Amino acid sequence: MSYAQLIGDWQALVVLFVAGVVPNQIWRMLGLWFGGGIDEGSELLVWVRAVATAILAGVIAQIVVQPPGALASVPDALRYGAVAAGLVVFLLTHRSIFAGVVTGEVFMLAGKWWLG
Amino acid sequence: MALPPLDSPQWNSSWLAFGWGLRSITQTILTLVLFATYLGIGALAHDTHFSLLWALCSTLFVWAGPAQIILITTLGSGATIIQSAIAVTVSAIRLFPMVVSVLPLMRTPTTRRRELFFAAHLTAVTLWVECHRFLPQVPRERRIAFVNGLGFGLVSVCLTANTVGYFLAANLTQTLGAAILMLTPLSFLFSTARNSREAADVVALALGVLLYPLAAKMNSGLDILVSGLVAGTIAYGVHWWREVRA
Repeated sequence: MSYAQLIGDWQALVVLFVAGVVPNQIWRMLGLWFGGGIDEGSELLVWVRAVATAILAGVIAQIVVQPPGALASVPDALRYGAVAAGLVVFLLTHRSIFAGVVTGEVFMLAGKWWLG
Repeated sequence: MALPPLDSPQWNSSWLAFGWGLRSITQTILTLVLFATYLGIGALAHDTHFSLLWALCSTLFVWAGPAQIILITTLGSGATIIQSAIAVTVSAIRLFPMVVSVLPLMRTPTTRRRELFFAAHLTAVTLWVECHRFLPQVPRERRIAFVNGLGFGLVSVCLTANTVGYFLAANLTQTLGAAILMLTPLSFLFSTARNSREAADVVALALGVLLYPLAAKMNSGLDILVSGLVAGTIAYGVHWWREVRA
């Protein structure tokens, strides 16, 4: 592996900060700045937490519905089926994250293997 | 490993609390899930011709899996810096309410804002979930040190995973790559569901998943924000309605 592959050029690092670090970090710093006076049991925080949960749910749905990279090579039905199978096992095992994730993965890999 | 009781001398110094936070990374399946997710991010960075240093800097300074995946895939597929920045910032909006809701758990009346800087930076889905689980077992005045230790441990695990994934990338088949990318939605879905205790949390999660495909049809570029605001507000409505009836 070459020096260029390991270190890269400084322009790419500038792009990382402009397109990635700053647009991401600004929300944490706003939260640090404006979150100060808010009581942890307040009604506003219940709403804010519900919105945060729903936005994360949207990111989860986006990765499954509009998959990035190698995941796009998996047929729609297999991706949705993997989530559904994982969810059923997650609920049957008294909310075991491990069992749910493993089931989803096995479902997808088995389906991919079966379809060839 | 169980955390020491609240009145134990094990909590007498910040360094001890940092150590307990660091050791707590062994107490959650999410550490394993993070390792696998960041293995995938390292592999993705390699396949889209970013350097290893670039991948490690993105983990250290962005520290948000979805944002990193979005950044790498958009830049890798030829998007402009502005387009990538907008996609990243929309995915990162969720960090604002996370930081707002998690910092009060560790604040004391004498806490200064700058003492919370690292805790704010380290806040992402995993830390947010784990804070709600671990912090009630940690004395309030040691919580910042505990969270810094927990975050330091998780970042170290992910930097290691990035490096391993980067070197594995050449040997990873498309199917294995897909399996690693699929870990992200599965693990995030189940870890959030596991920590949903109130009806509002469950409604927010389920509606958030179901409304996203509808919002995406509007093609506004703000899909996740729109579905999140609508689903979250309906979930709050459910909470409010139950409170009023109770």
